[in-house]
Amino acid sequence: MSKISVVPYGPQHPVLPEPVHLDLVLQDEKIVSAIPSIGFIHRGLEKLVEKRDYKEMVFVAERICGICSFGHGMGYCEAVENVMKVEVPDRAKYLRTIFQEMSRLHSHTLWLGLAADAFGYESLFMQTWRIREKILDMLEMATGGRVIFSIVDVGGLRKDVPDEMLAEFAKRLKDLREDYNRITAAFLEDDAVKSRLCGVGVLTIEQANDLGCCGPFLRASGVRRDSRMTDYEAYAKLDFEPVVSHDGDSYARCVVRIKEIYQSIDLIEQAIAQIPAGDVCTPVKGMPDGEYLARVEQPRGEALYYVKGNGTKNLERFRVRTPTFANIPGLVEVLKGQDFADVGTLILTIDPCISCTER
Amino acid sequence: MRQPIRAGEMMICEIDPDTLLDEVTKLKYSEWRLMQICATKTGEDSYEVLYTFGHGYRLRSIRLKISGEAKLSSITSIYPIAYLYENEMHDLFGIEIDMINIDFKGGLFRTGVKAPFK
Amino acid sequence: MSIGVFTKEVIYNLFHKPATEKYPFVTREYGERTRGHIENDMNACVLCGMCMMRCPSHAIKVDRNAYTWSINPFSCVQCSYCVEGCPKKCLSMKNTYTTPDTAKNTVTLKYSDERIRAEEEKKKEMIAKAMAAKKAAAEKAAAAAKTAAETPKAAAGTAGTTEKG
Repeated sequence: MSKISVVPYGPQHPVLPEPVHLDLVLQDEKIVSAIPSIGFIHRGLEKLVEKRDYKEMVFVAERICGICSFGHGMGYCEAVENVMKVEVPDRAKYLRTIFQEMSRLHSHTLWLGLAADAFGYESLFMQTWRIREKILDMLEMATGGRVIFSIVDVGGLRKDVPDEMLAEFAKRLKDLREDYNRITAAFLEDDAVKSRLCGVGVLTIEQANDLGCCGPFLRASGVRRDSRMTDYEAYAKLDFEPVVSHDGDSYARCVVRIKEIYQSIDLIEQAIAQIPAGDVCTPVKGMPDGEYLARVEQPRGEALYYVKGNGTKNLERFRVRTPTFANIPGLVEVLKGQDFADVGTLILTIDPCISCTER
Repeated sequence: MRQPIRAGEMMICEIDPDTLLDEVTKLKYSEWRLMQICATKTGEDSYEVLYTFGHGYRLRSIRLKISGEAKLSSITSIYPIAYLYENEMHDLFGIEIDMINIDFKGGLFRTGVKAPFK
Repeated sequence: MSIGVFTKEVIYNLFHKPATEKYPFVTREYGERTRGHIENDMNACVLCGMCMMRCPSHAIKVDRNAYTWSINPFSCVQCSYCVEGCPKKCLSMKNTYTTPDTAKNTVTLKYSDERIRAEEEKKKEMIAKAMAAKKAAAEKAAAAAKTAAETPKAAAGTAGTTEKG
């Protein structure tokens, strides 16, 4: 006779980087269902559009999240630029692409470290984050900030990045590839790691589609959908294919993210090779009037930015649909039928970013 | 559906709140997936609700206008995952939603002020 | 078989320098673009208040009557939006970070005594000039009213309003 019990999981838990709460209904050691609840750190940043003008709002948008901050700033700017019909110079488009891919690189590296920590491989966690530090150094050199770059602006970028610096980036990326080769072998081949990831938390392709998942979580289940294919910024001119895996388990999610790391390095190298000379910012005149829904592929998945202006300096509405918000129903589905001991790893496989979700 | 408005790449169709479930069912059967639901405050006591759907890389939105007191019918019977967006809308804007499959009753976001965006 | 995948990394680490720096003995050198903290050159500042208006986190306060410019370094988000908008280019972004503190103190900068004296003089002069201009305008108006009163028939329609004004 098995017993049903409810175990509260989080918001403060050693495996969770950010506060999310789950009520887990357990039958013995197996999870029957999970009820998510969020909202511990809701900040109401969307409401700030009424107090800050549309140019100051770029800085607020960047601070939605500490990891995908560049993408949030860029998504917001893209939406406002489309409302105001501003054409961004080509060089700025390329630089934005480079910074977005660098963000993806450091976000996925951060995830690899956190995952290693979640399944108890602490030395791997440290080695992974050592690589991440090198990326952060590059970003600090170019933009002046380690995670919040404050370089994107409505109409382009606020600072140009000199060509010598880009050449230096290309050189450092070559070294990074070597570093990643050493580290990723531990994730992909180590038996201990595989035993924690293979076959755990399988999400089928139908479920992934129905539950509206996005990002690597979706692509690991075999859906070929990557918003970068919608050709915003300079992605149209770069050669790449969405990374897809068909197993749908935790291991597949790990593989997809590792492949995306190499893809990002490749994309940055392509962009550095193609980048044209010229201005990086178009002067913006007037006030936003109209609406637009921009989408950006963040490291964690597709983010939507809805902007509505009414001809004054303050926008009427700014709404962000973050990838983690869309992935929560998928997470709840994945948890069903799993062991209680795997909950920590499974929550991390969707790469939750709760600060994004609660804006 | 009435005439679509083109705003950038987004197609928006204005609909009547009573026909919401019909329109959403139609979209569901032509295999559109729900991408987001968002409310916008447009006046003292009036709101706009925007439902965005995706099909591959295409986007399509439907929009309806409601007043503060009106109850909006939930689309969770058609798209079960809409419960998060609808609870969010209820918690932030105070819009009453009828018949949600998982109703947090104002407990999804723990805000200090009730319905802060109202 | 995949036992000892990590050995390569272990061997690599044995023969390479540590990734960390011996902090108190070696301090980190920041790049020239690093956004650390804001500094203001009070000799060039004209207290226009542009930075106060632009600051997204309302960290900067400018008081023109007290001749002070103050910043709360704990509210500042180092976006350097004020630096870009400064008309006199007296604000600058330094590449060292804000130092830690036990309280959220604000940093207040004031004009030098000489400059305050000069500004006061200037202000007095301006006030005197304004007063003189006002007086002249009043006299002119009075003279106009007088001429209007002397010829009531010629400007009957406008005389009333002129007197009132």
